[in-house]
Amino acid sequence: MGALTRTFRSFLLTELVGGMASTFKMMFQPKVTLNYPYEKGPLSPRFRGEHALRRYPNGEERCIACKLCEATCPAEAITIEAEERDDGSRRTTRYDIDMTKCIYCGLCEEACPVDAIVEGPNYEFATETREELLYDKDKLLENGDRWEALLARRLEYDAPYR
Amino acid sequence: MVRVIVDGTPVDVPAGFSALQACEAAGKEIPRFCYHERLSVAGNCRMCLVQVVRAPKPVASCGFPVSEGMEILTDTEMVRRARRAVMEFLLINHPLDCPICDQGGECDLQDQAYGYGTGVSRYHEPKRAVTDKDLGPLVKTVMTRCIQCTRCVRFTTEVAGTPELGMVSRGENAEITTYVEKALTSELSGNLIDICPVGALTAKPSAFHARSWEYKKTDSIDVMDAVGTNIQIQARGGEVMRIVPRVNDEVNEEWLSDKGRFSVDGLKRRRLDRPWVRVHGKLMQASWQEAFVSLARRLDGVSGYQIGAIAGDLCDAESLCALKDLMTSLGSPNLDCRQDNAWYDLSAREGYLFNSGILGIEEADALLLVGTHPRHEAPVLNARIRKRFLDSGRGRFPIAMIGHPLTDPTYPAELLGDGPEVLEKLLDGSHPFAETLQTAKRPMIIIGHGALTRPDASAIYDACKKLAIQTGAIAEGWNGLNVLHTAASRVGALDLGFLPGTRGRNASGMLRGDVDVLWLLGADEFPVDKIEADTFVVYQGHHGDAAAARADIILPGAAYTEKPGTYVNTEGRVQRSFRAVFPPGEAREDWRILRAFSEVIGKTLPYDTLDALRDRMAEVNPIFRQIGAVAQPITQIEGQGVSAPSVPAVSAAQEEGLAASAFRPVMQDYYQTNPISRASPTMADCSRVYGPVRAVAAE
Repeated sequence: MGALTRTFRSFLLTELVGGMASTFKMMFQPKVTLNYPYEKGPLSPRFRGEHALRRYPNGEERCIACKLCEATCPAEAITIEAEERDDGSRRTTRYDIDMTKCIYCGLCEEACPVDAIVEGPNYEFATETREELLYDKDKLLENGDRWEALLARRLEYDAPYR
Repeated sequence: MVRVIVDGTPVDVPAGFSALQACEAAGKEIPRFCYHERLSVAGNCRMCLVQVVRAPKPVASCGFPVSEGMEILTDTEMVRRARRAVMEFLLINHPLDCPICDQGGECDLQDQAYGYGTGVSRYHEPKRAVTDKDLGPLVKTVMTRCIQCTRCVRFTTEVAGTPELGMVSRGENAEITTYVEKALTSELSGNLIDICPVGALTAKPSAFHARSWEYKKTDSIDVMDAVGTNIQIQARGGEVMRIVPRVNDEVNEEWLSDKGRFSVDGLKRRRLDRPWVRVHGKLMQASWQEAFVSLARRLDGVSGYQIGAIAGDLCDAESLCALKDLMTSLGSPNLDCRQDNAWYDLSAREGYLFNSGILGIEEADALLLVGTHPRHEAPVLNARIRKRFLDSGRGRFPIAMIGHPLTDPTYPAELLGDGPEVLEKLLDGSHPFAETLQTAKRPMIIIGHGALTRPDASAIYDACKKLAIQTGAIAEGWNGLNVLHTAASRVGALDLGFLPGTRGRNASGMLRGDVDVLWLLGADEFPVDKIEADTFVVYQGHHGDAAAARADIILPGAAYTEKPGTYVNTEGRVQRSFRAVFPPGEAREDWRILRAFSEVIGKTLPYDTLDALRDRMAEVNPIFRQIGAVAQPITQIEGQGVSAPSVPAVSAAQEEGLAASAFRPVMQDYYQTNPISRASPTMADCSRVYGPVRAVAAE
């Protein structure tokens, strides 16, 4: 392309006009974006979102303090302390996840022998302070109670591939 | 020597070795469950199967003796198939509850199933379940996990000498039990936890607290008795979680006493974590600076002769050396490490050592225990005596004791009498046991603190020494006259000369009020009300025990897990320990406290680092250079004390001749002998279960 043509084009703003034309055309085509808080995209049953500690249907917490999640966590985000409960069973006295450390790799979920710690479908847990992201056992169990129906369905979907 | 060929490699092993030992000598790993080096061979787990050329079927290598030219194959298809099959059988009834099992992560069955098993089971029928047994406050049982290796049965029968466990029924119904439900009475019962290859026997006090992979491991030395057991402190996040033994064949083999293992929870309770100063009769919290200043003010103008120091049972040699130097710089000759007023023959180092060494027990062929009950005073050493008794065969290792034992000594010991008057009969040969000692090639006499804390201790010691010379217990190449200590710090303190100097007072003198200011370095084992009311007491230590309550100034020190230290055990072996965790709060390492205080009073001790202090210790007594080995006796000991002939004058007042009274036990309650064990809830539980029956008030 000669220098003359280039000069012409830049003075006549042909690229700008072309771009605006494309914009104008798109205005009449169906939208591909989602109106986010009101619309949401589909999620895989394997989506790894916010953690939750599940319970058995009778209300007993599943976690048995085997500490495999703590051991496998590559970010060392999980802290567990355990003790013998009064009935002689092995339970955690402390189960903390530092959500700011967590890299959402899902290894804790994979390591868990009793499906207690799971990463749920929730990804909307942004907070205004850092401290709110340091989850303790109560918060995780509450998450589990809130999401249990979905969590159980997801595990069911994924069961054939485990 | 026999030559065997293991996987094509020829190895020479002593005749009588088993095929398994030969394979180990050749560097081959043989999986095993029931076989244990220090127990008899049972051969019931079948995991150690190997192929022996020309043998028709796989051979259990643990019980198969080697013969000349034997060819062993450890890695053939036949062996691998046999191992897989055995593993499948073992896992038939083993629950797959590894996630809730405390052994998980350090489990032989887990590891070997991973290494030698198939990974799948063809068993679909119901698994068996076994009722758990209650074995007392220390050992937790989950009997369903048991694989019937019978290591625990053999341990209690052979090593611990308390045959309380056994196996009943056969086949599917076989189970390990105490027959009648009872708590294990052994002082070595904690070793069952280490010895159990699965999670059937685990630690009750620390059940579910931590996983094996979480621990930070530090080598250390046990201070609960004077054996100097080699231990490993396992800590997690600044907290000591458990203590396990390390292997040292010369000291503890691989055993650890229950007190050493389970008193860990005492390390976090009743701790002194900040300095305290008594103001107007009430202890007030203070800063280090305030405590030092008020102490310096109190010491100001006090003559050295009015200051005294008593060292406790758990001190490391570093702090003893620093305190001794501080006292010397203050001009005080009043030092004593014998808070129990024991008497020692201080003319030579042999006078207060377990001279034959712990290994020497395995050479002895007759034993006389004088005023000692080693089962309580040194459980691990007692296991060695029992081992010698078992190894030498029936009647070949005659044992006699003077002084009535509180419990069964775990080996048959002839009770010669209750008091020292028996020694006279032994000396003039009128007692039949004198003949036994005489005929023995390597007779051994162990004198305990039941004898040495008596007013007639020197007479007893002299009688024992005379007897030892008479019977050949002290001869060329053999010194069987042994002193069994109970305090971990004692030999180190004696080696450093932590004893009254010229015109110095001994412990009872200092308590009686012969000094104005009394510095207690972790000294708690005496009735505090014996301290004269107007004595100013400085307590430097780690636990708020009786003496701390009496103190006018408390300087918080570090427990043995929290400082690097040097300890000399009863045989004179110098051993080092390392710091596992940091002391709580404001507490500091003891020698640093002393060094810092010396600066406040302007008499700065000449060492700033631990290495410099250790050089100073070696200067005081060169044995502190010989780490690990039984230190060779050094003739000349610098400073006041040990070599000085004036020492007996300041020891506890001695009576002439043997008194007729009976020996009293050194410890009434094995589980409550020092500040750490008294602070431990587990030890309190043990004391309740096993301890002496206390008088119960009438309802």
